Amino acid sequence: MNLTKTLMASTALTVAAGMAHSDGHMASEMTIVSWGGAYSASQQNAYHTPYSEMTGVKIINDESSAEAVSKLRAMNEAGNVTWDVVDVVASDALRLCDEGLAMEIDPDTQLADAPDGTKASEDFGDLLVGDCFIPQIVYSTTVGYRTDLVGDTPPTDICAIFDTDAYPGKRSLEKRPIGNMEWALLCDGVEKDAIYDALATEEGQQKALDKLATIKDDVVWWSAGADTPQLLADGEVVMGSTYNGRLFSLIVEQNQPVAMLWDAQMFDLDGWIIPTGLSPERQARALDYVMFATDTQRLADQSKYIAYGPARKSSAPLVGKHAELGIEMAEHMPTDPENAKNTFLYNYEFWADYRDDIDAKFQAWLVK
Amino acid sequence: MVALTPISRTAPSFYVPVVAAFGAFFGVFIGTGQGSTIGGVLGGAILMGVIAFVLTKVAKNERVSRWGLTLLLAIGGFALAGLPGLFVGAFFGWFFGFLIFWLYEGRYRAKVAPYLTPGQVLWHFSFRTLCGMIFFFLIAPIIIVMPLSFNAENFFTFTPEMLRFDPAGYSLKHYRDFFTNDAWQDAVKNSLYIAPVATLLSVSFGTLAAIGLSQPHVPFRRAIMAILISPMIVPLIISAAGMYFFYSRVGLQGTYIGVVLAHAALGIPFVIITVTATLVGFDNSLTRAAANMGANPVTTFFRVQMPLILPGVISGGLFAFITSFDEVVVVLFVGSAGQKTLPWQMFTGLREQISPTILAVATILVFISICLLTVVELLRRRSERMRGMSPS
Repeated sequence: MNLTKTLMASTALTVAAGMAHSDGHMASEMTIVSWGGAYSASQQNAYHTPYSEMTGVKIINDESSAEAVSKLRAMNEAGNVTWDVVDVVASDALRLCDEGLAMEIDPDTQLADAPDGTKASEDFGDLLVGDCFIPQIVYSTTVGYRTDLVGDTPPTDICAIFDTDAYPGKRSLEKRPIGNMEWALLCDGVEKDAIYDALATEEGQQKALDKLATIKDDVVWWSAGADTPQLLADGEVVMGSTYNGRLFSLIVEQNQPVAMLWDAQMFDLDGWIIPTGLSPERQARALDYVMFATDTQRLADQSKYIAYGPARKSSAPLVGKHAELGIEMAEHMPTDPENAKNTFLYNYEFWADYRDDIDAKFQAWLVK
Repeated sequence: MVALTPISRTAPSFYVPVVAAFGAFFGVFIGTGQGSTIGGVLGGAILMGVIAFVLTKVAKNERVSRWGLTLLLAIGGFALAGLPGLFVGAFFGWFFGFLIFWLYEGRYRAKVAPYLTPGQVLWHFSFRTLCGMIFFFLIAPIIIVMPLSFNAENFFTFTPEMLRFDPAGYSLKHYRDFFTNDAWQDAVKNSLYIAPVATLLSVSFGTLAAIGLSQPHVPFRRAIMAILISPMIVPLIISAAGMYFFYSRVGLQGTYIGVVLAHAALGIPFVIITVTATLVGFDNSLTRAAANMGANPVTTFFRVQMPLILPGVISGGLFAFITSFDEVVVVLFVGSAGQKTLPWQMFTGLREQISPTILAVATILVFISICLLTVVELLRRRSERMRGMSPS
C-alpha cells in the first residue's frame, strides 16, 4: 500500500503547489519584451532594476522581439494580450501602429520633459517616427573585419565588401535586401543621393542584385545579430555586417582581433510600443514605465552598458564611461562625428512602399 | 571453426585498393580542412595505396612497419595542425597499420565462418563499418559540444589555446554563468516544476485510458485510441497553435496550469502506447481472482495489476517526462515569459546570443539523461529479477 499512498500524496501536493503557484501575481508583474543578449542586459541594468526598486513591480523579460509583429497579431486575435511593453525597431512599430496593435502616444503629455524643461517632442525631434513609437536608441548596421586577415591594407570604405581580389575570403551579410541593396548601388557607382530613386526602378533593383551577384559565392547570409560576431571570432569570414553594439562587444569586451568599418553605416531606431487591448491598470503602469525608462538620465544610463546612442538630444552630454571597463563610450557611439562621416538613415518611407516587392525579388535571387 | 578457416596472404590487387579507399574517405575530412576536398580524396587514396604496397612488399617486418607508420603520420599531423594533429595522425597511423596487415595477412578471414563466399565476407564487414559510422555520426555532434563548453572564450570556437591543450584556454565560466544567472535558474525551476506535474498527469490518465481501452467490451476502441494518440501524430506546431487560441479564450494561456495541461496532453500517447503493450501480456484472470476474494476494483488495481504493469508505466512516464522537459514549440505558444522553460531559454539564447552557456547546459542535460536512463534500466532489471522474470 506504500506505493499508493506515496503516489496519492505526491499528486495532492503537486496539484496544490500548482494552484498556489499559478493564482497570479498579475497585479505586481509586468512582461517586457525585448531582443535578449547584451541588449536586454543593458535594459535590465538601466531601466528594469531601478524601476522595480522604485515601484516594487516585478519585471519579466520575454526575448521575443524578433517575432513581435506576428505574436501581437495572434494575441490580438485571441483577445489575450500578455505583453505590457514591447521593444521593436521603428519599421515594426509603424506596421503595428497602422494595424491598430500599438497605442498612440502623445510625447508631450505622456513622456518626461528634458531636465531643462524642453518638451519631449522637441528633445526626440525627427526620431519620433509614427504616432505609437517611443524612440530609445539609435543603432547602426555596419561592417567589422578581422584585422589579421586583411593584410597590410585594412579596408577603409564599404566597397571592400565587393572587392574579393583585395580581401579574399567569405563575408557575412544580412539575409534581407535593406542595407545590402544600398551598399551594392553605392559601390556600383551610383551617387548616394540618387540611390533610392534608382532602387525605385526595375533596372536599379536589377543593378543592385547584379552587383551582389558578383560576391554571391563568397557570402554567408545571417539572420540573427549574434551570427556575424560568431563567424568573425571563428575566422570563418573576413568581414561581415551586424549591429554596431555587437561589434563593440566583440572588439572591446571580448578582445577579438576585429575592427569597425563605420563607412556607410545604416542608422536605424529601436524603441518602445505599448500594445492595445491592455486593461486600464496595466496600460497605466506600462505608460508609467515608459515615461520612466525614456527620460533623459535613463537613456544616458543605458549607454554605459552598450554602444548604442541615446535617442534624446539632452542625453548626449550625459553619456559617460562603460560601467565595467571604464572606457569612454562616446567614441564608440555610431553617432559620434568621427564615426558618422558617411551614413545612411533607414529610409522608412521608401521601404514601407517597396519592401514587399524588393523582398520577394531578393529572396528569389537568393535561391537562384 | 577458426582452425578450419584457411588463412593466406592476399594479393596486392586486393588490399591496396581497399586501403586506398579508406585513405580517400579520411582524405575527404583532411582535404576539406585544408581547403581542397578533391585534393584530399586523391592525396589520401594515393598516399595510403603506396604506403600499403611499400610496407608489405618492401619493409615486410610488421611490427617495425606499423610503429614507423604511426610515427610518420603523427609527425605529418603535427606539421599540419600542431598538437591535436599529432594525436589524430598517430591514430590514423595505428589504424592504417592495423588495416594494411589485417588485410594483407588475411586475418580478416579468421573470425568468419569458413563457408562464406567472398561476397558474404564483404557484406559482413561493410555492415559492421556502416553500423559503426551511423553510430559515430549520431554521437559525434553530442561529443563535440562537451569540450567546447569548457571554452574560455565566449564563442563556439576551438581556440588555438584549447587545441594546444593549454589550461588557460579552458574555463568553467560558462557553468558558473549557468548556475548564477537568474534567467537560466528561473528556466530550470520552471522546467523542474512543469515536467514532473505534467508527467504525473500523463501517467495517471494514460494508464487509466490504456487499461480501459484494453477491455474487450469498450465500444469504438480503435477510434478513441486514435484520438488519444493524435497529439503524437499531428504536427506539433498545429497542436500548439490550436491550444494557443483555445487556452486564450478559457484563460489558461500564460499560466502554469495551461503549460502543464498542454504537456500532459503531449505525454499521454506515450504512456498509452507503452502501457497497452505491457497489458498484452497481462492475465485478466488475476483481476477476476482478486475480485473473487473480495477485493474492490481500486485495491485490485493497486495491489495486483499495477505492480505487474509497472515497467510499462515507468517507461511511459519517462517518455512523458522527457517530452515535457525537451519541448519548445508548445510552450512558446501556450506559455508566457513567466513560464519560460529550459528549452525555451536555450532556443532564445541560441538565436539572440550565441553563448557557450548553452553548451554547458547541454552537457549537463546529457549527463542527467544518461543518469536517468541508467537508473530506470537498473530499476527495471531489479524488478524483473525480483519477480523471477529473468534468470539472472
